[in-house]
Amino acid sequence: MGKATNIVVLTIGSLVFAYPFLWMIATSLRTRQGVASGGISLWPIQWQFNNYTSGLASFPFFTYLTNSLLTTLIPVVGSVLVSSLVGFGFARIPARGSGLLFGIVLATMLLPQEVTLVPQFILFRSLDMMDTLYPIILPFMFGMPFFIFLFRQFYMRLPASLTDAAVVDGAGWFRIWRSIYLPLSQPILVAAAVLQFMSSWNNFLTPTIFIQSDRWKTLPMALAGFTSVNRTDTSLLMATSIIVVLPCVLIFFLAQRHIIGGISFTGTK
Amino acid sequence: MNPITGGLEEVLRHLGLAPGLRPLGAFVLLSAVVAAAMFGVVSLAVRRRWMSRTTAAFWLFVSPWMFGFAVFTFGPMVYSLWLSFLNWDLVSPSRFAGLGNYQKAAADPLVRQAIKVTLVYAVVSVPLQTALSLGVALLMNTDIRGINVFRTVWYLPSLVTGVAQVTLFLWVFNPNYGLVNGMLHAVGVDGPAWFQDPSWALPAVIIMSLWTVGGNMVIYLAGLQDVPIELYEAASIDGAGPARRLWSITIPQVSPVIFFNVVTGLIAAMQIFTQAFVIKSAGGAPANSLLFFVYYLYQNAFQFFQMGYASALAWILLLMILALTLLVFRGSAFWVYYESANPKASRRRPRVR
Repeated sequence: MGKATNIVVLTIGSLVFAYPFLWMIATSLRTRQGVASGGISLWPIQWQFNNYTSGLASFPFFTYLTNSLLTTLIPVVGSVLVSSLVGFGFARIPARGSGLLFGIVLATMLLPQEVTLVPQFILFRSLDMMDTLYPIILPFMFGMPFFIFLFRQFYMRLPASLTDAAVVDGAGWFRIWRSIYLPLSQPILVAAAVLQFMSSWNNFLTPTIFIQSDRWKTLPMALAGFTSVNRTDTSLLMATSIIVVLPCVLIFFLAQRHIIGGISFTGTK
Repeated sequence: MNPITGGLEEVLRHLGLAPGLRPLGAFVLLSAVVAAAMFGVVSLAVRRRWMSRTTAAFWLFVSPWMFGFAVFTFGPMVYSLWLSFLNWDLVSPSRFAGLGNYQKAAADPLVRQAIKVTLVYAVVSVPLQTALSLGVALLMNTDIRGINVFRTVWYLPSLVTGVAQVTLFLWVFNPNYGLVNGMLHAVGVDGPAWFQDPSWALPAVIIMSLWTVGGNMVIYLAGLQDVPIELYEAASIDGAGPARRLWSITIPQVSPVIFFNVVTGLIAAMQIFTQAFVIKSAGGAPANSLLFFVYYLYQNAFQFFQMGYASALAWILLLMILALTLLVFRGSAFWVYYESANPKASRRRPRVR
């Protein structure tokens, strides 16, 4: 197959892939009449930018945004830092049983989260944490198996002499981690933070189970509620979806290099 | 609420902690007790020379994960196994049911429907996703200009996941005004009602899942770029055509990456939930056509409050996922190629960058 054929196939494919995305943006800018008559075209016909403002005004957006940010940023910081610490322990501190324990860490990656759903519900109920944000935050504060794996692999590749010099120097393990290994693992820190951001920001199952009142609902929950109520007002729906997706897209463009590098590292190494 | 939690919160109330923070305070106090106990045991062991300082450091470093594992994974799993032998609605006292929940599941036609829908989704969508993302990655793995633009365009949709994606596709698959039926209408075909049609709802969800393969594609692209160029050169000299090079070099070389993606993809596909929830609440998916296993589990636990039955379903799901993973691992010996398995092939020259 020639290079030209490749480019033609890729271009057609890219158009097919980009079309729903562009159409979403076009629809979000239409009036109600425009949605019905616009059909599959990408041009809004009648421009209406205030779909965004009315989309935001139709529900307590800033409450939901605050909840989403809390349940995303705290797990991002917590899971990344703790995973780095644990990964360092597995990679650099020799101890008997370390390999076996790391095997358990890997095995938990295969476990479906749903097995713990009912008992976690009962656990958080007895901790008096129903209808709060705690059940969506706390489980992420003790390290994620996948990130522990990533950090361990990364630290194993760093030269062991880094640790030896510091040990001779009399530095404790914690200081070695904090002042040498943690700063060196910046690519994994960024990749893990982005992955955790995407998964927490879009998390839907756990908030649905633990949160009932509007006061603590997150943006995906709000959008899901919005979808079932405002089924007919498509332009408002699309505007709201775009607002929900926007942070992920922004982060992607800001950290594109790290994300692509991080994803490749996670999948191939 | 648990009496211990209640007592601790009472103490915190006297200390003047804000009501919203009291449950967290109680949790932190309980964890602090565990942490102090563990720290005490370890420092005693070090002082008595039962354990070297290095070993103690290791256990302290991994202790956050161990605590989280015990409280949020292992403990709940054991508890869930116990619950699966009970009948309990959270309100009245629980009754021991023996294997009753499992027998009920075996006879439940909805469980059969849920397994069917979930397995069909996993077994059809994962190979399609693999073929599509690998195919696109192969097309991109030629040094053409603008590769970054293509990569971005294909990756961007994978950022639109979860509820936002379903919201968009509810409209893309809208029977009257939607994008897909609009396109079909333009070429003179009357499209089906997709999410509203029991026999088209599942295919629609599978098509929807293909839109977010960008992440996998990026992984394949990286894998393809790691294939040593000498292998292709040697094969060309020996007279191998493009198809032969693809089949005998490229595919075996990236087979570990394919394997990784297939395993993680299958596990994720078996746990599909959000799609069913949102489509259902928007009035679609008639006749249990999207009764995914986790959705049925969710219904039993949090709508019908059958905690024992839901726990039994959770364990059935776990066993199904383990069986499927094991099957893929077993089968992998036939098609996954690891360099170390063949010492001759691993003589890879270090690459100069």
